Amino acid sequence: MHYVLKKTGVLLATLLLVSLFAFLAFEIIPGDPTTMLLGSDYTPERAEALRQSLGLDRNVFVRFFDWLFAFLRGDMGTSYSYSMPVREVLRGKIAVTAVLSLMSWVLVVSVSVPLGIALVRYQNKAFGRICNPLNQVIMAIPTFFLGILLTYVFGLVLKLFTPGRFIPFRESVSGCLVYLLFPALAISLPKIAKTARLLRASILGEMKQDYVLTAYSHGNSRWLVIKNHVVRNALLPVVTYLAMSLADIVASSIIVEQVFVVPGLGRLLVASISNRDYPVALSIVVMIASVVVVMNYLADILTQAVDPRVRLS
Amino acid sequence: MKKRFLALVLAVLMTAALCACGGGKSQTVQATDNPTGSAGEQAPGKELTVGIAADLDTSLDPHVSSSSAGTREVLFNIFEGLVKPDTDGNLIPAIAEEYTVNETADIYTYTLREGVRFHNGKTVTVGDVVYSLTRAAGLETGEPLVSELGGIASVEAKDDRTVVVRLKASDAEFNAYMHAAIIPEGIDPNAEVVGTGPFRFVSRTPQDSIVLERFADYWGEGAKADRVTLKVIPDGQTMVMSLRSGAIDMTNHLSASQIADLRDLTILEGGSNIIQALYLNNDFEPFRDLRVRQALCYAIDRQGVIDLANDGHGIPLGSSMIPSMGKYVVPELLDVYRPDAEKARALLKEAGYENLSFSITVPSNMPAHVDAAQVIVEQLRAVGINAEIKLVEWATWYDETYKGRRFESTVVGMDTHSLAASGCLARFVSDSGKNFINFKNDEYDETYRKALATVDEQEQTELFKRCETILTEQAANVYIQDAASFAVMQKNVSGYRFYPALYIMDLSTLDRAA
Amino acid sequence: MINTKDKSFRVGAGITGFMLLVILIGLLWTPYDPNAMNAAEKMASPGLRHLFGTDNFGRDIFSRVVQGSGATLLIALCSVGLGLLFGLLIGGLTGFYGGWVDEVLMRLNDSITAFPSLLLALVLIAVFHSGKYNIILALGIIFIPSFARIVRMEVARQKALDYVQNARLMGVKDMRILFVHIMPNILPVLLSAVAIGFNNAVLAEASMSYLGLGVQPPDPSLGRMLSEAQTYLLRAPWYALSVGGAIVLLVLGFGLLSEGLGGESRA
Repeated sequence: MHYVLKKTGVLLATLLLVSLFAFLAFEIIPGDPTTMLLGSDYTPERAEALRQSLGLDRNVFVRFFDWLFAFLRGDMGTSYSYSMPVREVLRGKIAVTAVLSLMSWVLVVSVSVPLGIALVRYQNKAFGRICNPLNQVIMAIPTFFLGILLTYVFGLVLKLFTPGRFIPFRESVSGCLVYLLFPALAISLPKIAKTARLLRASILGEMKQDYVLTAYSHGNSRWLVIKNHVVRNALLPVVTYLAMSLADIVASSIIVEQVFVVPGLGRLLVASISNRDYPVALSIVVMIASVVVVMNYLADILTQAVDPRVRLS
Repeated sequence: MKKRFLALVLAVLMTAALCACGGGKSQTVQATDNPTGSAGEQAPGKELTVGIAADLDTSLDPHVSSSSAGTREVLFNIFEGLVKPDTDGNLIPAIAEEYTVNETADIYTYTLREGVRFHNGKTVTVGDVVYSLTRAAGLETGEPLVSELGGIASVEAKDDRTVVVRLKASDAEFNAYMHAAIIPEGIDPNAEVVGTGPFRFVSRTPQDSIVLERFADYWGEGAKADRVTLKVIPDGQTMVMSLRSGAIDMTNHLSASQIADLRDLTILEGGSNIIQALYLNNDFEPFRDLRVRQALCYAIDRQGVIDLANDGHGIPLGSSMIPSMGKYVVPELLDVYRPDAEKARALLKEAGYENLSFSITVPSNMPAHVDAAQVIVEQLRAVGINAEIKLVEWATWYDETYKGRRFESTVVGMDTHSLAASGCLARFVSDSGKNFINFKNDEYDETYRKALATVDEQEQTELFKRCETILTEQAANVYIQDAASFAVMQKNVSGYRFYPALYIMDLSTLDRAA
Repeated sequence: MINTKDKSFRVGAGITGFMLLVILIGLLWTPYDPNAMNAAEKMASPGLRHLFGTDNFGRDIFSRVVQGSGATLLIALCSVGLGLLFGLLIGGLTGFYGGWVDEVLMRLNDSITAFPSLLLALVLIAVFHSGKYNIILALGIIFIPSFARIVRMEVARQKALDYVQNARLMGVKDMRILFVHIMPNILPVLLSAVAIGFNNAVLAEASMSYLGLGVQPPDPSLGRMLSEAQTYLLRAPWYALSVGGAIVLLVLGFGLLSEGLGGESRA
């Protein structure tokens, strides 16, 4: 229990730091939001007036805490670029990115674990020999390029979906999911390759432990040892990795949403950074980072529950 | 052993990719011949989906000058002025039925058309016109929202159909600015988008789409399509694939290299109405020397840029004037600097800058300018000039290069807001807020001012031409081209028209065959 | 520890050696000037004149792939090196000494790793501007936390082992224990982290180029070339294939090498 309490405290501290970093990061980027808003003809007085009305003339830390408390109350501020509440700008987009990320994540988990085990089981068979280097190749394809290849193959040649025509959730749930499957594939393929490799390495490492030798000495076959003893232990580091890979997945979605024209947070994020629309960018960044931090927290608690030995200071 | 597997894997991947690519071509024909049925079924009437490369600006207030070209070309469909441009480069009556101008060209009188309605159902009154012009010209705040209208001294209603606009000084070109939007009095243009154009604004989803609907009560010949969805697709390759898949019906502003994969669709070529140049900061130490600027002009071969970066589709420029602005163009200016490496070297030597090196700032989201800059770097290298491209984000470019004027040179394109010559030339007057290249030339300022005040059209045109000549002689910038712009649409879509000089995407004539 | 008979090691060493050789030769000589344009030979297909064909500016793709591989290798190696160096220092010291400094640094670490790396790269590039060396700097900074985390965990684990305790009893200085005794023992883990970092660096450079913020044109890098090549996928598939091939070879070579060196067994 003490462990959980301590971890929760750490979680809150991390979340605070995350928000502060995000806030400061946007403070130091060159490019003033007021010039983006005012356009080519304006006087310094008008810029100053706008800065004041946006509250940009106040001290950074005053603004940070103002923003933080408002954010905690659920008030994310007003978008500079769209002059509407950030909440409204994000409406609908959070769900899209969440579904896309979740789909990719489920794909990663459900494919990579059996694949990783199979890679060990059939290590010396043709399967293992083909999959290992293939894994390396897939890991080396940049996401945007994989996205383009998938669009060509599944969209233009096989016509399984219409690239560029995203189907909103409210129009057709199945249509939406089918469309999202392809960007999810583009995101998850490299991750599957990575995770399967990691699991394979973890299992192979675990196989050198003493208890495995004991299990062998009891007359178990290699596969039985793996199945009954090794996998459980070998999965531990992979669980942590899978929790953390959510951050990667969201990062990939920034690119993939662009390639597949998916109206999610990723495109909005890139656009709001380049338009210096900080209220929007900040809200998205802090939300994404919070999800990641919370996932890590859950993974820590989970790992600890499964295996109390893991109690790293 | 493993090597053989690797080879096998690579071979499989390669064939897969090749099949994917090869297969795509034959299949698309089908896609375009059987136009996307699903779009038609969703709602009654003609729906069109048009791809645009960037989301619209913050504010759809038509008087806010920060509007980017991409926003203005869409707003053209929603808002109208007293007059509006047509496809021949003339101004035709819109909300005004007719206008008269006095002999000294400082009083313009407009008679309103009867029964013109706003999208909210109200009829346009003289009150609305006076309000709109007063607001746009900043008569109450002292700061014009539309800088071209800064010359207005007063706007008043003579009767309930006539509006009189008095100018501070004679300006024979003034009517060209009067396509400034008329908006209803009493609503906040930031919050509500209400105009008189053939389309009315329905909704927008940030970074995704904008929906427009046909305005049934439009005074003129209404729009052909019932509903147009503008889809934001920033990535060029994704735009191309969306066209091939049929997800969008049309897009414009594609480059020569992008259309090569779209040969089985309808492709129209027009001018992009943009003055692409290597803009030089005339205050950057080496560029203060006329000889250095001229050396750059001799070193750069604009036809070479057009051939390499645009597959030859572009009109070379000799000065700051959009080629479709017919009468103002001075073709001889193209011959002032013929590519001549020897001359370039000699001029640099004379000026003492034999090992000149400088940076070219380019906004990273504009591949057309990045491509042109790459060719320019190579051409400069051939005469021993070391130029380095500096890619920056658009916001940084705007803030540091355009507003802050902290740059050495930049490759971008400048467009114009009006059919008047001043649209291209006003920015080079020394005290202009838009003079980001810090050009200072007394003769230019003098000639430009004289041109504005000249009532006689012939005489005025000559003076503007003189301005262009000064820009070229002074090598203010290295002018490159007005690149071709391609509009691409599905085979069953028709009616797209290019406009000269202005950045306009007219959706009203766009039609889909049944 | 290094088993040079290992098949992965031999294949990896072969691929990496080949790429290094090509890159080194490319520093001295390429068939064409990689940046020289030629309007008459735009988009030429592969052949005897141009081994991998030419691009949209008529530049020789083979020469550009060779130079671009060099640039990409430089970016990947330097950024991973930067991340590794600071990761070792920070992770090593905090893992060895623990205490509140450790606690604070790890929280900082956690909060930085919570941001998607591409996003961090975007922000850092917005601050530093793009360009080869700034990309190295940005990616290097981004890699520090993950290396620090791995090093810290391993050092903390090794610290409890007998050999460290013995060394302490014998009065060996802390710094010597840390860098001479412990570091060699965590090498396999580091190797695997380096291989993954290398992979990530190559991919990050490509993603940044796709968003228009990578290496400054006209200088070639594999990422920039791949994002240019995607526009010509139909007309000139060889462009994307030759660039993609080079990327795969670089990453694959390093991956196999680290696997062969035993790095994979304890990732």
